[in-house]
Amino acid sequence: MFSPEGQKKVNHLLSRYPVKANALLPVLHLAQKENKGYLTPEWLEHAAKLCEVPLAHVEGVATFYTMFKFRPLGKYHLQVCTNVSCTLCGGSEILEHLEERLNVHAGHTTEDGQFSLEEVECLGACGYGPVVIVNEDYHEHLTIEEMDAMIDKLAKSTEEWPERILPITGASSS
Amino acid sequence: MLQETLVLFKNVRKPGYKGNLASYKAEGGYSALKKALKMTPEEIVSIVKESNVRGRGGAGFPTGLKWSFMAKNTGKPSYLIVNADEGEPGTFKDREIMLKDPHMFLEGYMIGCYALGCHHGYIYVRGEFVPAMKQLQKAIDECYEAGLLGPSMWGSKFPLDMTIHPGAGAYVCGEETALLDSLEGKRGQPRTKPPFPAVAGFNGCPTSVNNVETITAVTSIINDGAEAFKELGTPNNSGTHLVSLSGHVNKPGVYELRMGVSLKDIIYDLGGGIKNGKKLKGVIPGGSSTPVLLPEEIDIPYDFDSLMKVKSMMGSSAIMVFDEDTDVVKLLHRMVRFYNHESCGQCTPCREGTHWSSMILRDFVYKQGSAAKLDRLKRVSGNILGATLCALGDACAMPILSFIEKYPEEFRAYFADA
Repeated sequence: MFSPEGQKKVNHLLSRYPVKANALLPVLHLAQKENKGYLTPEWLEHAAKLCEVPLAHVEGVATFYTMFKFRPLGKYHLQVCTNVSCTLCGGSEILEHLEERLNVHAGHTTEDGQFSLEEVECLGACGYGPVVIVNEDYHEHLTIEEMDAMIDKLAKSTEEWPERILPITGASSS
Repeated sequence: MLQETLVLFKNVRKPGYKGNLASYKAEGGYSALKKALKMTPEEIVSIVKESNVRGRGGAGFPTGLKWSFMAKNTGKPSYLIVNADEGEPGTFKDREIMLKDPHMFLEGYMIGCYALGCHHGYIYVRGEFVPAMKQLQKAIDECYEAGLLGPSMWGSKFPLDMTIHPGAGAYVCGEETALLDSLEGKRGQPRTKPPFPAVAGFNGCPTSVNNVETITAVTSIINDGAEAFKELGTPNNSGTHLVSLSGHVNKPGVYELRMGVSLKDIIYDLGGGIKNGKKLKGVIPGGSSTPVLLPEEIDIPYDFDSLMKVKSMMGSSAIMVFDEDTDVVKLLHRMVRFYNHESCGQCTPCREGTHWSSMILRDFVYKQGSAAKLDRLKRVSGNILGATLCALGDACAMPILSFIEKYPEEFRAYFADA
């Protein structure tokens, strides 16, 4: 199911752990990346085979972690932190503004498939709040005006599916 | 005026410092590793023990002691795993190290691996930290190229590999046994102890799990010696630590300070005081899991033991400051929602208790509070305390109890009949 390049990464990954089952999380990350940001039953089954664990185990693991998704995501995944430090600095207002502006509730995707909005827990950049992650990039000290300008730009963007890379290949010792 | 004491950040604060291998070596990097390779593993463990460095992840457990617990001659491989799952709300120091001076951390990690006989290091980085992972991977690649890592670490007979393991968005994986389960490819749920990881950790092998900052401190302990490290702090709280300052202060950020400087000075000197000239209302001194302090309680030394004396904790050295306009009931509700979301669901008091607490607080936010509900909230929290496998439940209960104790009026204002 993986592309040749993806398969190479998976093989390398599996070789980095004492047992294949250990590599399940990074394998799921890679699978999700190959499948435009979400996992399907077929991918879960494939991951189970690769890591030599039962499918039920993979389902249990994948649903435990919030970063694994089971529905298609928008092209731009906006993750707004509203935990303590960000909320003190206006994170909740940014989320409210985005809900209004994009006309979706947090946890949903706009009809045109351009944006997914998500309220997330602490992103570990508390001194630079409010923080929003767009796909994988941190945007810090955001104001509503800056957020609006970013949305304007991204709404017009015609780029193909933006690359979401996880640098989890591990350096090769060979 | 309070000044930073630069040990871990000595390179980071240098203008133009790039954080790559060449610039790290130009600042004398990897001299500690060179020194360490001439010592026996036991000597390194005893120096770390002597330095009395305490874990910077939150619990403050002496690192040398943790290392000395490692089971020996088991016939199984030993592991030193790094916890870079920085998730405690308010904490953002490990990210700073990984982004700005990854080699100082890697050097400490190599020394640690050598001391514990670990031949494959895993760095468990939280999944959201993609920029930090990229930076760290670049540094690891440089080390492989330079022969610092690989089949013979820097010309020694010691083979060492390193792999970054990405988490996937679960706060509880910062707890060391949950982290190990997650690293093994399972749901991150804390284990019953004993057996402790030092006996049966990663895949059942002897394992030590340490925080990024703790491991980075090992570099300077080996470089400058245990005595020099001890002199930087107060007795029983040795060294410097990275303090994450956030919330309503003029200059938030990560500051490197000696243990035991005044908490008030951190906020008013380094932090530049409260934003917009407002008055201080409260300080959460060690990440959102720690009991809150009132403005009159902050004139204390900032170290593990002094915070214990005022019935709070230093935790991961994350100070969150809020001003007079903050609605503490809403703030507490937001915090409790976090713990409710992150509870792994294994222990009933935590799974149910965090949910109940969040529901009761939601009633307050909608002005449906009452004295009976406040009592119930206290009772629920009391029933979580000490009744769970890990500290997540306690981390929810402690702030609730301290907020109710310190801001009773604010809760009363949300009673339905107020």
